[in-house]
Amino acid sequence: MSLTLFNVILAVVIAISFVGLNAAYLVWAERKGAGLFQRRPGPMENGLWGLLQPPIDGVKLMTKQLLIPGGVDKAVFITAPVLAMFPALVSFVTIPFSDNIIAHPIDVGVLLIFAFAALGSMSLLVAGWSSRNKYSMISSIRAVSQAVAYEIPLMITTITVVMISGSLNLTDIAARQLDGIWAWHIWPFQDDVGFNLLMPISFLVLFVCSVAETNRAPFDLGEAESELVAGFHTEYSSMGFGLFFMGEYANIVIGASLTTVLFLGGWSCPFGDLGFFPLTHNVGWFLLKIYLIIFVFIWIRWTFPRTTIYGLLNLSWKYLIPISLFNLLLTAALLKVF
Amino acid sequence: MSGYFSDLFLGAKSLLDGMWVTLKEFPKRPVTLSYPHESVPMYRRFRGHIELIGNEEGAPNCVVCGMCERACPSNCISITSVKPEGSKKKVLTGYTLDFTTCSLCGSCVESCNFNAVRFSNEYNLASTRKEDFIFDLLARLKEQNQ
Repeated sequence: MSLTLFNVILAVVIAISFVGLNAAYLVWAERKGAGLFQRRPGPMENGLWGLLQPPIDGVKLMTKQLLIPGGVDKAVFITAPVLAMFPALVSFVTIPFSDNIIAHPIDVGVLLIFAFAALGSMSLLVAGWSSRNKYSMISSIRAVSQAVAYEIPLMITTITVVMISGSLNLTDIAARQLDGIWAWHIWPFQDDVGFNLLMPISFLVLFVCSVAETNRAPFDLGEAESELVAGFHTEYSSMGFGLFFMGEYANIVIGASLTTVLFLGGWSCPFGDLGFFPLTHNVGWFLLKIYLIIFVFIWIRWTFPRTTIYGLLNLSWKYLIPISLFNLLLTAALLKVF
Repeated sequence: MSGYFSDLFLGAKSLLDGMWVTLKEFPKRPVTLSYPHESVPMYRRFRGHIELIGNEEGAPNCVVCGMCERACPSNCISITSVKPEGSKKKVLTGYTLDFTTCSLCGSCVESCNFNAVRFSNEYNLASTRKEDFIFDLLARLKEQNQ
């Protein structure tokens, strides 16, 4: 076996196991977080602090029957869960965990992530459509209108950052922010744009959009269980459902990684590179940042009730898109001036 | 356009207020108990099904007057007794409570003049079989004495 092929296989195995492990243990973290926010202990029975719960749940899911209801569009029905998981996996290729830990640096990494994120909402659409279930259908319509509404401010905000850093390569974008916490894109003062007061707000816009893009509460209208049973995955059982679930949590990791790279300096140490181990720029800071963001995701989920579909679309079209557009124009102007 | 920015700021502020509320609860200790392993002690005055009260030797206080049996509106209680040779008093040999029809009215406890019947604190009662709710209270008293 040639060394390159071996490297590729190793990278794929590491990527898949990272995604799988994250998906499994984010479910645990979610349940634990839900418990602690509601002053319950959360999962406690299996293993220390319930840490054996995710593998046990996985075995349970795998041993269940893969039921395909009568009258569904079978080929599409089977494709949909794969389509949910696969883009999330591919997106991991471009995420720079550190300056040398990256599966494949791509010059248009940002573009690739957005392309595959769109494919993710495609999977929700076909899952709901092929299920032959009215609730699933409504759910998928909602999920897509939500994805369309929130991808626009997400992209405009990302373009703002891309304009500042002058690159679509995520490694380059992160590498621009390596001079300690004040070099991060979240702050109003940037090298090339002088003073842009809207940058922290842009960060908030991106954050809200990534919550909405991953279909999480309070924007989980696609799977509003009190109204739509379980939304687009109502008819899925066993690992069909499992793949949707894993895809969702993988998307959360992608969203958190993107936020980290674009605004929080990627793998940079907030104190600058001091030369000795924990305070150098390393992958630990990246993981710390993405898990902090994921903690905020969980925190938000267990704090706010679900919004209405109109409230959700209003927030995007009336607030997030104008604000992000305004920031785009302001950044362009500032780039011209400075 | 009026109220556009005030809506934005008030909304954001109320969201932050909400997040502060939950964040304060996050580090606190759980208020729940992990039920099958630990449970809350039942209140002393909780009305479970009735049980017999024993004296110091563990024998029931009951003198088999039959007041409780007569007071019961749903005929839940059935008492059997024997009168040993040369004794003036009856001795209780069986006290059966049919809990399926008991409405916990407490007439039996009220009618007892010999401090022989009381409400138990038993609340873990669940079964799929009717027979499980016919209690032999004399056996229960013996069990409690041990």
